[in-house]
Amino acid sequence: MDNYRVYFTGVGGQGTLLATTVLAEAAILAGHNALASEVHGMAQRGGVVESTVMIGDIKSSIISDGEADVLLGFEPVETYRAMRKCLADSVVVSNTVPIIPYGVAIGRGAYPDVEKLFDFIRSRVKQLIILNAQALAEQAGSTLAANIVMLGALAGSGVLPIPRGAYEQTIRTKTKEKFVRTNLRAFRLGFAAL
Amino acid sequence: MHPLLTEEVDKRLFLLGNEAIVRGALEAGVAFATTYPGTPASEIGDNFFRIAAESELYFEYSTNEKVALETAAGAAVSGLRAICSMKHVGLNVAADPLMTLAYVGVRGGMVVVTADDPSMFSSQNEQDNRMYARLSGLPMFEPASVQEAKEMTEAAFRISEALELPVLLRTTTRLSHGRGIVTTGSLMPPKTRGAFEKESSRFVSVPANARVRHRVLLSQGEKARYMACISPYNTVTGKGRWGIATSGIAYNYVADAVKDLGIQARVKVLKLGFTYPFPEKLVVEFIRSVDKILVVEELEPVLEDNLKVTAQTNGLAIPIVGKDPELFSRLYEYDPGMVREVIARFFELRYTPPRPVDIKEDRGAVQLPVRPPNLCAGCPHRATYYAVTSVLRETQTEMVFPTDIGCYTLGFLPPLQTADLLICMGSSVTSAAGISKATGKRVIAFIGDSTFFHSGITGLINAVHNRHNFILVILDNGTTAMTGHQPHPGVEITPAGWDKPYISVEAIATACGVEQVSVVNPINLGKTKAAVKKALESNKLSVIIAKAPCPLHEARVRGKKKKRGFVVGPECNTDCTECIDTFGCPALYKNTAPDAKTTMIINEDLCIGCGVCTQFCKKIRPKKV
Repeated sequence: MDNYRVYFTGVGGQGTLLATTVLAEAAILAGHNALASEVHGMAQRGGVVESTVMIGDIKSSIISDGEADVLLGFEPVETYRAMRKCLADSVVVSNTVPIIPYGVAIGRGAYPDVEKLFDFIRSRVKQLIILNAQALAEQAGSTLAANIVMLGALAGSGVLPIPRGAYEQTIRTKTKEKFVRTNLRAFRLGFAAL
Repeated sequence: MHPLLTEEVDKRLFLLGNEAIVRGALEAGVAFATTYPGTPASEIGDNFFRIAAESELYFEYSTNEKVALETAAGAAVSGLRAICSMKHVGLNVAADPLMTLAYVGVRGGMVVVTADDPSMFSSQNEQDNRMYARLSGLPMFEPASVQEAKEMTEAAFRISEALELPVLLRTTTRLSHGRGIVTTGSLMPPKTRGAFEKESSRFVSVPANARVRHRVLLSQGEKARYMACISPYNTVTGKGRWGIATSGIAYNYVADAVKDLGIQARVKVLKLGFTYPFPEKLVVEFIRSVDKILVVEELEPVLEDNLKVTAQTNGLAIPIVGKDPELFSRLYEYDPGMVREVIARFFELRYTPPRPVDIKEDRGAVQLPVRPPNLCAGCPHRATYYAVTSVLRETQTEMVFPTDIGCYTLGFLPPLQTADLLICMGSSVTSAAGISKATGKRVIAFIGDSTFFHSGITGLINAVHNRHNFILVILDNGTTAMTGHQPHPGVEITPAGWDKPYISVEAIATACGVEQVSVVNPINLGKTKAAVKKALESNKLSVIIAKAPCPLHEARVRGKKKKRGFVVGPECNTDCTECIDTFGCPALYKNTAPDAKTTMIINEDLCIGCGVCTQFCKKIRPKKV
């Protein structure tokens, strides 16, 4: 089997770390070896949160520039900022909903035109998949489930060798019981979003 | 039941490196665990905390790392298996007991975990704590994978008990916060009741005894060196005349690179896991078997220097290189691509590195906005900082702000800018004394409650006794917020079942001899500003305790409160931007909507309804329901 390196980026509070663990556990359930790496601490006070999942016969748990097979971006500017992790062959899945950085909110600096960011990404990688994860999460029952919507979109892209059932089973066993139904709905909406 | 307490053997768990260490300790029959929280070590203590609630394990959050290490040492000299975990700089605090504990030794196995932070994701420096093994003479393990983190913790207990010495286990952020598959072994029931058998010639480290014990330490060190030579964690794999020597997390980058470059048949890899004492005999054979050696280790050239000494001692003169302007840096963590590239260069292999997407090639690119971490909306620290800076603005006073380690260090960012000097835990109080004495001017120092308990108190006693004159603001949010809301002696909002006595910060400050101590709720701006003014006017050493719970912690323990909503009134239509220029709450920002009727707007999702902004701006008021 090929190896897969998945890079996650988002903003503190978006639930990227839960999505990271669910993906890795789903990969294991599907019979693969998996590793993950997370950043805790200072970075979580509204800063950028990055994590990785490695699937296959890999020992390193972090991703160097130009080595991500898949980039899962939970926020458009952060997706773009992390493009150095990608190469021409990468698949990028990105949320379209911006989280305005505080500097921009108080008038220092501007938030770029999201469409233009995506145009550039589209011109540089194999595939860009974009979706409004918040809207789909709301449809599923809670905007907090946007992270699972993103995971659903990743699964739906078919890039990774993990069957849909493995994700769903992991959501059932590894996410909080009272959110399981919402999360499963969120996953399915993300899956069908392409 | 806590998942790490599973009795099931050969179960595959997907664990964080820190969780694997906890499981390893449980499989070794650990009975006693202590810590002071610090990234990237915190989850070790946090898991022990939860496990202690449902098992025979004793666990405590100690007031600092020195206390944690000495407390664990007390248990270990009484025959219990004990573990003590901390971040790398924590071991500086605990270095004093560590050095002499190495002389007196232990009876029950004792493991000291140091979690280093190359690249400083959440630390003030990136010191390489492998040096502590050399400094103390104690054995050290450096796991490379999550599975090894579990196994080596268990092995470290056995070796500690066999040698009657504490053993160091060193991880780095990428291991502590990496996840991998761990296979469980059987849990060993802990021995939970110890007995202290007196042996004063060993345990009382007066000079006459210490001279004997230093000799014992060195001879135990030689036994440990033998153990390291035959340890399953020190291996040479592969074949060929090229050599790579590595340890810790860097091993993974080496292993992947050797495979990716297809040089398995040309290179031998020396991988050290039991890294100190240096397994000289094993290493000599390795050096003899290759023509040149590349050393791949993050931070300092520890392994490299040991290899060079070993080669020289044995009359071997092959090239051994690692830290070199052309090869590896002493700075920051490594990554797989960098290691692969350097290996290719060193062994003169044809190699084309991947070509990353470069956003600099985006012709339509704009300057990307940065996203630094920030104090949360409603954080009481912001209110305190605002009160201090607005009093200084009103009185046109300039002040120097020594600060300390915690969430509140983020006050260094604009617009608050309430941090001018930061060294280590507790340094706010003491450096304030030095700065005020040297400059002849008063300064305002900031310290958090947990940090005050950790190492602020002795500095405050010193300040009273030596007649220093500054203002100390203790930012008391009732928890250790930055590292994940761990309790400390001054917590009032506690989880169910918490039955430990409360120790008042105010009572301590008063007992230290500070004459002017005031306690204010920073959410009340008027009273907080009055306390700051009083401290400024009094011209004597003053302590202001700004006491309000961390809203995240309060919500976690007590559940979310129904919050008041606030809005910006229609008269906020001028070019006044004072709220964002001086206060900087992330819930309050410029209204850029095309149909904006007000200059500012409040994000109702972020706002927690603290109401501090309404106290300095009349245009903000409660939302009518």
